[in-house]
Amino acid sequence: MTLDFSRQLHYFWALLPEIVLCSWAMVVLVAGVSGSHAPGRVPDDNGDPTFDGGASLGWLSLAGVLLVALFNGWLYSVHEVDQTGMIAVDGFRLFANWIFLGAAALTILISFSYVRRQRLQAGEFYALILLATSGMMFMAAARDLMVIFLGLEVMSIAVYALTGFNRRDRKSAEAGLKYFLLGAFSTGFFLYGIALTYGATGSTNIALIGAAVAGGGASDGLLTVGVALLLIGFAFKVSAVPFHMWTPDVYEGAPGPVTAFMSAAVKAAAFVAFMRVFLVGFDGVYEAWYPVMWWLAAITMVAANLIALVQSNVKRMLAYSSIAHAGYLLVALTAANQTAAAGLLFYLLVYTVMNMGAFAVVLSVSHQSEERLQIEDYAGFGWAQPLLGVFLTVFLLSLAGFPGTGGFMGKIFLLQGAADSQLWALSIILVLTTVASYWYYLRVAWFMWMKDAGTPGHHDQVEAPFALRVALFASVAIILYLGVFPSGVLSFAQASVAGLGSVGGSLLGVGP
Amino acid sequence: MITEGLILSAILFVIGTFGVLIRRNAIIMFLCIELQLNAVNVAFVALSRSVGIDGQIFVFFVMTVAAAEAAVGLAIIISIFRHYETVNVDNFNLLKW
Repeated sequence: MTLDFSRQLHYFWALLPEIVLCSWAMVVLVAGVSGSHAPGRVPDDNGDPTFDGGASLGWLSLAGVLLVALFNGWLYSVHEVDQTGMIAVDGFRLFANWIFLGAAALTILISFSYVRRQRLQAGEFYALILLATSGMMFMAAARDLMVIFLGLEVMSIAVYALTGFNRRDRKSAEAGLKYFLLGAFSTGFFLYGIALTYGATGSTNIALIGAAVAGGGASDGLLTVGVALLLIGFAFKVSAVPFHMWTPDVYEGAPGPVTAFMSAAVKAAAFVAFMRVFLVGFDGVYEAWYPVMWWLAAITMVAANLIALVQSNVKRMLAYSSIAHAGYLLVALTAANQTAAAGLLFYLLVYTVMNMGAFAVVLSVSHQSEERLQIEDYAGFGWAQPLLGVFLTVFLLSLAGFPGTGGFMGKIFLLQGAADSQLWALSIILVLTTVASYWYYLRVAWFMWMKDAGTPGHHDQVEAPFALRVALFASVAIILYLGVFPSGVLSFAQASVAGLGSVGGSLLGVGP
Repeated sequence: MITEGLILSAILFVIGTFGVLIRRNAIIMFLCIELQLNAVNVAFVALSRSVGIDGQIFVFFVMTVAAAEAAVGLAIIISIFRHYETVNVDNFNLLKW
């Protein structure tokens, strides 16, 4: 099928996965308040209505994600006439959609028992996850700054609500407020950047902006400020240092599955849009933003890894680890060539899976609630629950970038992209900070396997329900597969970024 | 006219930014964020004089998004008020800010 965006109807076909996902979220929302899922008549001790576990709603949402995945696969058979429509139908978008859908599916799988234990409203919880995912897919699909903005807001507003979802928990409410205030604050910068870029280039279409910027048809002053503001907006969303201060607090306070979702999928969506805007739109002014991005990547890698070394709360440690991974991914943006773009997609995929997996085990250890998150609580865990212990060890090794895991191959591909643009100093920083990160990842593994649990039966109540175990097995399988046979997925990623358009790599050896 | 409009929008945006950074009341901070968004609206309208009608249409998008954000944001502020009986962000210190 060929799409010609001069016919409005064709936008419907181009947006079919997003439309199906939004509609499915509404179905889940309605199902959550009707029939057997309706709130119980008898209020609980706090006067809140009671809710049943809603596992069936979880499976319903999962079915929706699978259905959307089918439509996403169907889009591979669709071609667009020219590359200037508001909605892109290219491999880059579709590959990113796989990541978002996978992250949503894993989030739903690991939240079943959490939703039951915390007595959350299952219908609203799963519907918000689906809506946030649709916002991410809009961000990946957008070839227009305004559509990126709308997708960003659809995603962010859903995630603000998810962060403060556990109303009985002070920490969750506090995290929700902090995320909301800083997120909306960064939206202001992002939007102002869009306005100024629009004024400078006369368009919000990324392809047309790219043409105007490359052809010198953009007014310099406005464009410089616009690019800077967009950079700030994106840096907030991907939590790059020094715009990271919200991340540890929010990740620590948010409900566990939401933290997993945020640290993986939200970050992936922000990076995908970041890459499209800067590689396609602002490629012509690569020399202008390249030094800023260089320093952003370097500071993020160094600062996040150093602060992570001294964390004693595992959730907070994983938050700093996610900031550090944002730093590694920024290296790919700094390199701004095709190899780096493919490496970014590959790394996002691996990172999503291994981070979700690590959070799944953390959820189990914390009894599907917000307790037992200190590193001491992991003492002797490996021997008490060997299967979960081995899984967590694999995830931690992969996050650290240990050979044989997907995380290692991902870092290799990032380094390859950096080498193509001759970013030697940045590559060295990446390697050194990776080595430093071994300490805080392996410290958890050391507590698990080398320390005795203080009291016997310390880990008896740890349970891994069926759905969570499915997510864990899938994650481990993907990580080990990508660690041993990365070439298939890598060549798929390389094919996906073809046509993204970049000449950034041709500016070799430009130092900040 | 375009220059004056852009200067006005820049002034409003800076006022909003400083408001968020200086004020500690969550609702005032939120109002300052709205001020930022409206500063952008002024910029869009000003720029649309030279670039085209699109800018004025974007204003409606921004207003819609701001309304949606207000709905969720005020709900979050109410939810935290129920826990702390205050909306002063300095009092929210369970998590290191």
